[in-house]
Amino acid sequence: MGVSSIFPPISSILMVASTVLSSEKFIKAIEISLRTFALGMTLALLVGIGLGALMARVKTVREILGTWVNIFVSAPISALVPILMGILGIGEATVVATVFLFAVFVIILDTQVGISKADRSLVEMGHSFGANRYQIFTKILILSALPEILAGIRLGVIRGVKGVVIGQLLISIIGVGELFELYSKHFLMEEFWSLVIVVFAFALLLSEAIAYCERRVEYYAGSR
Amino acid sequence: MSADSIVKLKDIGKIYDTGVEALKDVNFEFPVGKLSTLLGPSGCGKTTLLKIIGGLIDATSGEVWVNGKPISGPGPDRAFVFQDFALMPWATILRNVAFGLELRGVPKDERLDIARKYIKEVGLEGFESNYPHQLSGGMRQRVGLARALTVDADIILMDEPFSSVDEQTRRKFQEDMLDLLQNRRKTVIFVTHRIEEAAYLSDLIVLLSARPGSVSQVIKPDIDHSGKCPDEIRRDKNYLDIIDNIWRELKVYLC
Ligand SMILES: Nc1ncnc2c1ncn2[C@@H]1O[C@H](COP(=O)(O)OP(=O)(O)OP(=O)(O)O)[C@@H](O)[C@H]1O
Ligand SMILES: [Mg+2]
Repeated sequence: MGVSSIFPPISSILMVASTVLSSEKFIKAIEISLRTFALGMTLALLVGIGLGALMARVKTVREILGTWVNIFVSAPISALVPILMGILGIGEATVVATVFLFAVFVIILDTQVGISKADRSLVEMGHSFGANRYQIFTKILILSALPEILAGIRLGVIRGVKGVVIGQLLISIIGVGELFELYSKHFLMEEFWSLVIVVFAFALLLSEAIAYCERRVEYYAGSR
Repeated sequence: MSADSIVKLKDIGKIYDTGVEALKDVNFEFPVGKLSTLLGPSGCGKTTLLKIIGGLIDATSGEVWVNGKPISGPGPDRAFVFQDFALMPWATILRNVAFGLELRGVPKDERLDIARKYIKEVGLEGFESNYPHQLSGGMRQRVGLARALTVDADIILMDEPFSSVDEQTRRKFQEDMLDLLQNRRKTVIFVTHRIEEAAYLSDLIVLLSARPGSVSQVIKPDIDHSGKCPDEIRRDKNYLDIIDNIWRELKVYLC
């Protein structure tokens, strides 16, 4: 068994890729992966931005959660997946939870940074023109923190992609995890690599799309 | 409260959490429809006092009365112009100017129309869809002034609005501001530490003592702006005397 069978030439990967991409199994796997990813990310966004904002604005919340968030943002979340499996069972719920945990902490942290360094004089301006708390939050704080929040989301998305793959790999009976398992067990290296390429491309595309938004925000945040 | 005063300060004192006593026993009545200046040495509590009048910070003691009622926070009767402009970098000039109305829930078309009108009046027509960072400091402060005018408050509070603007721009802006305010019977409370600016613009100068600030003297420059060109006024004997007088008063705190 030579290196060439583990790393087949790119031409044969691409040839196989077209059949893999249109196979029913693949489409089904992608569907499940996208669904769990989207669900986990949505939760991570809501909780991440919400908690991040709370931590920035409320001292007690910051004191209670600060240390934990900082621990978890760099902790190896994969180690928690077996525990999640025990709690949530071997299925989509565990993958959603994995995506969530991979993504949420960096979003919390960046949102907190963004909002706590949001321009104080803009908040004061809002108050002077009669803004209520809700308006201060939605019309000033969130927008003022947008560059940091977007950076957090981009990092969160990349981690979330990792989460969806690792979650499914560890469970290995659903989604792309099942496919990876199948391909490597039967030594279908062309199929294996075309799947890798698809996952990489997906992560890259998403992160580039968010980076594009970031650049637009930077553009008119200009002289901040 | 006398009939022609609109803002009344009763025994205002302010001690910050840090223990700094910024203001002590400030008593004053600002006349309606006039431009009054708060003038005093650096750190004497001018900004603090203006923010207390604006309802942005609470006094430690005493009360602020506006239109015959004690205030408990910001209100539609007062609009602020900020030293650092406080413009939202992500919003166009048009949206920035309309922001006070947006917060009050004025329908979009209506508030944008009003904003356009004031953008024109402060001389920024054509910049509606620009962003703040594309404008010079002087132009940004015009945006701040336009925003304060849109909400049609009786009282306009300005904290050193010209401090980050170069000398030529400042003079032009001062003239334009006087023009804009003249016909509107706005009451303006204006903070500055520049003596000439105070003497030139004000109907009334309130001299504050060094920290803890309190009213040390009230001066009525009584300069006739009508029919004279600005440079003529700046050579006027009365104007120069006033500057001299204020300077002597303030020197006490500097030496
Ligand atoms: N938020 C704050 N917390 C604690 N102390 C403060 C605060 N804001 C102002 N001070 C202090 O209160 C005093 C008055 O400050 P203030 O900014 O009102 O003075 P000012 O007359 O506007 O000065 P300047 O001419 O420099 O603008 C200063 O000694 C300042 O250090
Ligand atoms: Mg000040």
